[in-house]
Amino acid sequence: MAAIKKKGLQTLMFSEPPFITSSASLVGPKEGEGPWAKDFDRILDNYLFSEKTWERAESKMLREAIKLALSKQKLEPQDAELLLAGDLLNQIISSSYAAREINIPFLGLYGACSTMAESLLIGAMLIDGGFYERVVAATSSHHYTAERQFRSPTEQGVQKVPSSQWTATAAGALVVQKAGAGPRISCATVGRVVDMGQTDAANMGGAMAPSAADTITTHLQDTGRSPDYYDLIVTGDLGAVGMGLAGELFVKAGLVPSPNYSDCGVLLYDGLQGVDSGGSGCGCSGCMLAGPLLRKIKNKEINRLLFVATGALMSPTSSFQGESIPGIAHAVAIENM
Amino acid sequence: MTLLMAFIIGGSICVIGQLAMDLTKPGITPGHILVGYITAGALLSALGLYQPLVDLGGAGAAIPLSGFGHSLAQGAITGVQEKGILGAFSGGVSAAAGGITAAIVFGYLAAVLFDPKD
Amino acid sequence: MINMDNNEKLKSAQQEEYHHLVNRVKPKPPVVKNCLWAFVVGGLICVIGQIILNYLLSIGLNKQDAGSLDAIIMVFLGALFTGLGVYDDLGQKAGAGSIVPITGFANAIVAPAMEFKREGYIFGVGAKIFSIAGPTLVFGFVASVLIGLIKLWTIN
Repeated sequence: MAAIKKKGLQTLMFSEPPFITSSASLVGPKEGEGPWAKDFDRILDNYLFSEKTWERAESKMLREAIKLALSKQKLEPQDAELLLAGDLLNQIISSSYAAREINIPFLGLYGACSTMAESLLIGAMLIDGGFYERVVAATSSHHYTAERQFRSPTEQGVQKVPSSQWTATAAGALVVQKAGAGPRISCATVGRVVDMGQTDAANMGGAMAPSAADTITTHLQDTGRSPDYYDLIVTGDLGAVGMGLAGELFVKAGLVPSPNYSDCGVLLYDGLQGVDSGGSGCGCSGCMLAGPLLRKIKNKEINRLLFVATGALMSPTSSFQGESIPGIAHAVAIENM
Repeated sequence: MTLLMAFIIGGSICVIGQLAMDLTKPGITPGHILVGYITAGALLSALGLYQPLVDLGGAGAAIPLSGFGHSLAQGAITGVQEKGILGAFSGGVSAAAGGITAAIVFGYLAAVLFDPKD
Repeated sequence: MINMDNNEKLKSAQQEEYHHLVNRVKPKPPVVKNCLWAFVVGGLICVIGQIILNYLLSIGLNKQDAGSLDAIIMVFLGALFTGLGVYDDLGQKAGAGSIVPITGFANAIVAPAMEFKREGYIFGVGAKIFSIAGPTLVFGFVASVLIGLIKLWTIN
């Protein structure tokens, strides 16, 4: 029996597009000094958030974002039937410990920095499939937890290269509902893992750009939409270097007319903040979507957004063992309908 | 005069590392640099090529980590001359003992006293 | 079988093409500026070491002991500035100029010790203190023993 809600190779069409009824974002000091400060719900003034460790701070940011998003709809945590969340830490402890505190049914996800899109599209599927009426999709990242796990201890003198990115300290949470008011998730494209043999962990944008181009191209083919159908196509965290590569790949793929395209990692910080190629991390795309992008959609500055979060699926172990860096990208179409 | 030579020799030894970091294929971390220098220093020392550098540059050759490798190699050679095979094992470490112990002790102290700053 | 070979070839051709694209688009590090910083900072750190060494010799220590104590003092300084949180800022600018001197070795030991204190003193500080500098000691010791053994063999 054919899957009636799947179109083309990888795209899911929702018969009753779910509503994004509210969202919340918490960011760290550096993000709060960027161009979108007034769109974030809360800007922390330090990285510990009154906790003893950065890991606990990150989990607290995620928990508070989830509670805040629900409270904007006058809801308590127990009113959200399901939490879909993930982060970058080993065994996704930020999400798991946030779920422990909030005490709602929880499905943990790992998509690296593509988690915001992954959680949204799974949430939309569960709602459109009649399993849930309300789902919270959330994600977080923290600069210092990511650095100590993936790269180097804070106080080590390491010289960053121009293609490096700055893992954002941010959490984003979205409440998705079967009924309500707000922008709607019309369709989503599940990405494939694309590995073009890149091994440079200091150039994640280069490793992930092919998967972004692959998913975007597939999405447009599956839906039959033209690149200019969308007022904006935004990737999660390719950074300036990755964005340039994605642009070249769009041309190679014959995307005509070329899309109005940007990247959350490039948007999140302003040029003087010393972040080399730009922001990265699950929270980068998470807070940009939960804050500025959704605000623009609600104001009708943007009516059709294709949100394409990108993830690099390697671990320090795989890198040491000589493996290259595979990338994945998931696309979620958010529209005023 | 020795200060100027220390500056020039020390600076030049560091530049080699910088070029390695900037011009070779990505993946060279500080860890690689540290290993490369200590090993190169030991090797050059064993071949008798590092001592002239120390004579010329003083701390300029002793302070870079290759200088540490030099102490390790010279310690092993002296150890072997004095104690035979036992010296091969104990000589290097004995010569470097001060520096390594200092690093461990001060590392532990710093961990007790300081927190990573964001 | 042949199809699989062709697929492999196509994939590696595509990867090679992409690799060229990445190298073309990727910004290059400012090599001249980096080397200047490395030269100046590395040189200055060595000058500080020389000043200390000169002083130690002047108060009567023999060359061997002066060298050892000089190393210990430089390690202390590297540890101190790491603890104070300034060595990493120096490292971003100076690159090899801060990694190569023995102060960089101290930084590579002290930084993880501080970082992993939050996981306790035994399994945090104790276990992780050598996470970056460990290979240095391993390769240094192995090299020294090999050199010793070769020397022994050539003496006999």
